[in-house]
Amino acid sequence: MNDPIAMTLDGRTLTARPGQSVGAALTDAGVRSWRTTRGGQPRGLFCGIGVCFDCLITVDGRPGQRACLVPARAGLVLETAPASPSPDPGHQRRDDRDD
Amino acid sequence: MRRSADVVVIGAGAVGAAVAWFATRAGLTVQVLERGQIAGGTSSACEGNLLVSDKEAGPELDLALYSHDVWTGELDEYAGLWEFERKGGLVVAASSTGAEGLRALAVRQRAAGIEVTDVPADRIADYEPYLTDGLAAAAHYPQDCQAQPMLVTAHLLRMAREAGAGVSTGTTVTGLLRDGDRVVGVRTDRGDLTAGAVVNAAGTWAGEVAALAGVRVPVMPRRGFVLVTEPLPPTVFHKVYAGEYVASTQSSEEGLQTSTVIESTAAGTILVGSSRERVGFDRTVSLPALREIAAKALTLYPSLKDTSVMRSYLGFRPYCPDHLPVIGHDPRAPGLWHAAGHEGAGIGLSVGTGKLLAQALSGVAPDLELTPFAPERFGDQVLRETPA
Amino acid sequence: MTEPRPTDPARPDPGAPAALSQLDGPPAGRRHSALPAHRSGEAREVDDRWLRAERSGGVYDVAVVGAGPAGLSAAVTAAEQGLRVALVDAGAQPGGQFWRHPDEGAAWPDEGRGQHGWRRFTRLRDRLGRLIGGGRVEAFAERQVWFVEERAAVWHLHLTTTHAAVETPAPRLVRATSLVLCPGGYDRQLPVPGWDLPGVMTAGGVQALLKAHRSVAGRRAVVAGTGPFLLPVAEGLAAAGAEVLAVCEANSVTGWGRSPLGAVSVPGKGLEALEYAGALLRHRVPFRQRTALTRVHGEGSVTGATLSRLDRTGRVRPDVPPQRVEVDLVAFGWGFTPSLELVSAVGATTRVDVDESLVAWVDPNQRTDVPRVYAAGEVTGVGGAVLAAGEGELAGLTLALDHGVPVAGSRIEALQRGVRRHRRFAAAMHRAHPVPQRWAEWLTDETMLCRCEEVTVGAVAEVRDVLGAGDARTAKMLARPGMGRCQGRVCGFATAKLTACGRSLETTDLAPLAKRPFTAPVSLGELATTGEGED
Repeated sequence: MNDPIAMTLDGRTLTARPGQSVGAALTDAGVRSWRTTRGGQPRGLFCGIGVCFDCLITVDGRPGQRACLVPARAGLVLETAPASPSPDPGHQRRDDRDD
Repeated sequence: MRRSADVVVIGAGAVGAAVAWFATRAGLTVQVLERGQIAGGTSSACEGNLLVSDKEAGPELDLALYSHDVWTGELDEYAGLWEFERKGGLVVAASSTGAEGLRALAVRQRAAGIEVTDVPADRIADYEPYLTDGLAAAAHYPQDCQAQPMLVTAHLLRMAREAGAGVSTGTTVTGLLRDGDRVVGVRTDRGDLTAGAVVNAAGTWAGEVAALAGVRVPVMPRRGFVLVTEPLPPTVFHKVYAGEYVASTQSSEEGLQTSTVIESTAAGTILVGSSRERVGFDRTVSLPALREIAAKALTLYPSLKDTSVMRSYLGFRPYCPDHLPVIGHDPRAPGLWHAAGHEGAGIGLSVGTGKLLAQALSGVAPDLELTPFAPERFGDQVLRETPA
Repeated sequence: MTEPRPTDPARPDPGAPAALSQLDGPPAGRRHSALPAHRSGEAREVDDRWLRAERSGGVYDVAVVGAGPAGLSAAVTAAEQGLRVALVDAGAQPGGQFWRHPDEGAAWPDEGRGQHGWRRFTRLRDRLGRLIGGGRVEAFAERQVWFVEERAAVWHLHLTTTHAAVETPAPRLVRATSLVLCPGGYDRQLPVPGWDLPGVMTAGGVQALLKAHRSVAGRRAVVAGTGPFLLPVAEGLAAAGAEVLAVCEANSVTGWGRSPLGAVSVPGKGLEALEYAGALLRHRVPFRQRTALTRVHGEGSVTGATLSRLDRTGRVRPDVPPQRVEVDLVAFGWGFTPSLELVSAVGATTRVDVDESLVAWVDPNQRTDVPRVYAAGEVTGVGGAVLAAGEGELAGLTLALDHGVPVAGSRIEALQRGVRRHRRFAAAMHRAHPVPQRWAEWLTDETMLCRCEEVTVGAVAEVRDVLGAGDARTAKMLARPGMGRCQGRVCGFATAKLTACGRSLETTDLAPLAKRPFTAPVSLGELATTGEGED
């Protein structure tokens, strides 16, 4: 039961030790970032415990998963997220509210 | 803080800010007083809708069209400051009955000067590709716009300040100074101010200010919730809402009513509304309301099922029994003016209200007749109780 | 406070002494026998069970949120007093952040490596195992509470998974008469130029990778910020083979001398610090006091860092040239701050602790001011695992008392004494490790403040200075720090500091940024169907 787990990252093989998170497997493989912000900046692990939402990754087609929390499982298909398309940057409207 | 001004404006929300800016620009000296922070009430708990599509012919529509001209006319040079966007509205109907209602409304609205395009069922996807299949009809309203209400408020106040107005936050008005019947200033927790005119722009709390003058302005809170999703790639392109929304804005029901209103923001989030409840100023987050908003939204956009909701917010629409704002001089307390009670349309109507009131304050005949909004229309009795 | 208890045959007669004897072994016929002490290389039944509570058992006496030192202690104590307990935790296995450890099912040979108080944990885990086996505790793992509400005097916890790669398993709703909130905390952060580069992590994140995954986040590291937690992180990295160029402590640790009462009140803590100091010496890791990491360098990921000497006020000393080091990992920690969303959501009163973190107010028995809601651990003030465990146990006993179970007053008083002693120590520690007064001077206008919405320090300064944003909430509304996915958990403290302009933080500065009606993200689909078939 301690055989390495094989997953794929953008089609390439990524292995993990049993019990590791996807984020840890990426770290062990030397991958430091797998997401690009709207502003074009790379992001990877930051808080490592599910708080900061920096390490988002697409897991089996579902975007926006926290790599630090998703347990590695054999056959997981991981995809780095492209930068979210941003509307005309000269006309950024950011109008949701909060109370 | 000024100790004397031509105009003291109570309330630094969008309406108070617009009054302050237009009055200052008209050459009056203005002091704004706000007990909290700028845009701290409903102006920071709404969606920034500048809509004509949800209005039937009548005084509110007249004010909305007038405001539209102000937004796109003399304020157009500032549009970038408050992220003004002519995104257009798309109203959808699920049933054939709903479609008939939509078409009939469009006919009446066209007669009243609103631009509206009938969208047949097979063309809806051209406007909103992710809307559910099988809708009966839609109507497109190119005049519906959007602005960022906190930025509207903050920039109008900044512009007023730079033109000489004073803006004091953290300052609570505790009473009105009287000379006989006449209101001649305000008492605050930071001292007294004398004023030629006192403008009550306290939004949902306007009834409390009116009560300081012993007059009744029946503005009541009507609670609404909005859900905010995680940022997504572009999914919703217009302000999309269900036809029933128009009916719910005009309803006076006390219980929970929900009707779908969905729009995306440039931050990538999607705002999902809306709900209406008359529960006073209860700030308890109501899961039944949030659940119903989510469920109805998914009937229009089923593909959003797995989208995360990051937060919700709630606000209190300032609502009058006849769904019209209170704008103008109050003959029951000479010297006191009101600019409040715009219900769910306060951001859109703010600039029209501000400009018209500034005209009246300057002794100029307003561009639009203010009689339908007269404060004394609810009766001239003088009350001692504070509205709920 | 005391609630009349509904009749429950599983509970001991209030007139009888606490029926601990019942719990010496599970009732006959249960699948789970008393669990053997955990041995390495052996998957334990308890974990199986921990993951498998599939059905909510009606209204529990108490729901404990969090299975770290405080939550475990509270759950175990309350259950041993005869209460029916639901234990909810985001982790796949108990321990929380403090006792994060490798997957128990994957047979790591040395799960306790790098841990402190590991024996305390394994004892708690064994007791928990027995209670789960005996049906006294049901554990709901890998769940987060996304909404909490009180209906008809019953707390309703709405649950979702921590990762949506799978559908949220039932139950999605746990109901309980009382609540114990032990959500723990996370690293507090201050922005510096370049802190948003990959390769910069929180100290706690680096530690979590080491402890739970045996992953080393980099080869050449600097550990920086303030507080005693920097030491075990540096030690862990060095022991795992990373080169740690320096531990940069922004304060001077001679500051401990300022509060002798606190420093001597918990002697074990001093010894712990000495152990780390010894370990750092062995690994030849320089410990730099009054030194801050003021800039991170790199394109695409971290390649270097600037270390600056600070004066007493936290200003970079102009007379000492800054040092540029080549690193691929920066671990930042400015102490910890509690997860406050549940406290805020139930409407409990908060206060600002010595370290300027917003924390839950509790009475000397761990009761919040909301009836039937208790809080224990970091959420009542950051103070470490021993204090948290003590508070958890105290909360568990108070809970039993409030549910009508007799508890010896002496036992409660002894715990209260311990809590007070550790609290004094924690206060002394916080006073010795403040955020440097003039830290904001290290920043530039371009420094990223909000990592989610990519709001710069300059953007917040502009809404503050030009648009009249007089408080953190208004700044957030106008410039959007804290409006992104993390909902201000990372930048909230710094935003409050920047809008307070050097003033000490008050509740009103922090509370608006801690208000999160959804205590965790939930999908629209789950929200739309919540409560269906469950109540």
